[in-house]
Amino acid sequence: MANTSRQLAKRIRVDALKMVAQAQASHIGSALSIADILAVLYEDVLNFDPKDIGNKNRDRLILSKGHACVAIYAALANKNFFPAQDLESYGTNYSFLMNHISHKVPGVEFSTGSLGHGLPFGAGKALFAKKNAYQWQTFVILGDGEMDEGSNWEALMFAAHHRLNNLTAIIDYNKLQSLTTVEETLSIEPLIDKLTAFGSTVIEVDGHSHTELLLAFLQKTEKPKVIVAHTVKGKGVSFMENQVLWHYRSPNNDQLQEALQEVNNA
Amino acid sequence: MRNAFIDELVALATINTNIVLMVGDLGFSVVEPFQDQFPDRFFNAGIAEQNMMGMAAGLASEGCHVFVYSIANFPTFRCAEQIRNDVDYHKLPVTIVSVGGGLAYGNLGYSHHAIQDYALMRVMPNMLIASPGDPMEVRACMRYLTNNPGPSYLRLGKAGEKVLHKEVPIVQPGIWNCVSHSNKSSNEIILATGNGLQIASSWLELLETQAPNLYSLPLWSMGVKGLQAEQVPKNCEILYTVEDHLLDGGFSSWMIESAIGYPNFISKIYPRALSASVCSAVASQGELHRLGGLEFFK
Repeated sequence: MANTSRQLAKRIRVDALKMVAQAQASHIGSALSIADILAVLYEDVLNFDPKDIGNKNRDRLILSKGHACVAIYAALANKNFFPAQDLESYGTNYSFLMNHISHKVPGVEFSTGSLGHGLPFGAGKALFAKKNAYQWQTFVILGDGEMDEGSNWEALMFAAHHRLNNLTAIIDYNKLQSLTTVEETLSIEPLIDKLTAFGSTVIEVDGHSHTELLLAFLQKTEKPKVIVAHTVKGKGVSFMENQVLWHYRSPNNDQLQEALQEVNNA
Repeated sequence: MRNAFIDELVALATINTNIVLMVGDLGFSVVEPFQDQFPDRFFNAGIAEQNMMGMAAGLASEGCHVFVYSIANFPTFRCAEQIRNDVDYHKLPVTIVSVGGGLAYGNLGYSHHAIQDYALMRVMPNMLIASPGDPMEVRACMRYLTNNPGPSYLRLGKAGEKVLHKEVPIVQPGIWNCVSHSNKSSNEIILATGNGLQIASSWLELLETQAPNLYSLPLWSMGVKGLQAEQVPKNCEILYTVEDHLLDGGFSSWMIESAIGYPNFISKIYPRALSASVCSAVASQGELHRLGGLEFFK
């Protein structure tokens, strides 16, 4: 059992790699990209109780880039939301662990899969908490390519207008999307300026530095918070890093063993 | 209808503190009574329907019953995927309210013609369509929806609809409501939904004898098709289904789908829906009903 965020990040990467390889599923690069973000959240930030999943005071985490679900499934299993052996059913017919994040999984708030849905949903939750003076926080993890979606900018406007400082968006800025780089697809730069102009407090971090992530999560703000996490797609497995191919490809057995060895030795 | 809506909503919200009203920057001179009385439960999301519907789902996931109010196609087609994935899939208590159903905004053009909305909403497996035919049915539907919160679509006309029921009827999903049963010997039935009830009622006013009996069906969904065949009276030879929506994907088509496997039933259904000739035509509601084939009964 992991008891530091570094250990949890390693467990997430190992389990995510095994799940994707076993199911011959896609999106391992996206999952490895957010492993550190999730590890810090589940180890040091989020308030939750796996024995009381619906606890009213829990913090709410929404994965808007639902294709990276294996990383959250791994985190939840490691935090005892469901038995770790259930991870082996990932991607099999009728498994509750489907290939985009599902609210049927214990500990998951919201199903996504189509991009641009998580932040408006999270803004609704944050609005509810703010109006009722509840102390719990809402966190939404978004992809960088996902920032192409207008609905995210609608939600940012609303959140700023209503000063939803109980809402934190984390943008996984790994600079790659479906076919090529974000820059070549539809540039979102100058991202920091845009987010700031939309009324958010923006914090830029190395998305693999647990210290920087933790400090950013703990910082109190007057406005909605957006953490722009500079990340590496496929982080932790050198032959997957910064490769669009690993948005799609699933490792064969040799590649899996090589990847696991690298992660375990890191 | 919209006045009955807001009046009933205020009354229900007084008792039910979960009720929230969210508007897409529309509702001038309609929503103010709610806004004045429950300022903490009223939100104007601005002109941003995707975010509005996603937020409504977020609020609903925390226990609110969110009424999302806008007009024509804005709270449906504009944010169709948010309705499908966020509201319907998660079975959340969001009631999507569209004012100006059908051709109520006829002169405002095709953007404001809600004549394909049933087609969109009725393919959502958990969605209950509430299409009241008069102000009494508006109140009846509102009471049902708040007592049975879930994904729902409340389609309203505009204003000035006739009151056709003597009192607020009891409504249940899939169950026909008798509006007038003056002719016991008639073997023809008119079953209307939404503004179709107003249209059918105007037809009957012109008929002196041999008027068919009039029923309404204000609550319907994918899940209650199985209740239809058994409600057709034994002596019924023709069942006219009346709606101010295109035939394609509408109420009549829904009824025909419900009759699959019942050859005696399917052969009796006679759809009275708008023809596609109204698409892109711009005129008053009455004129477009004439153009679309709904002016006269026969």
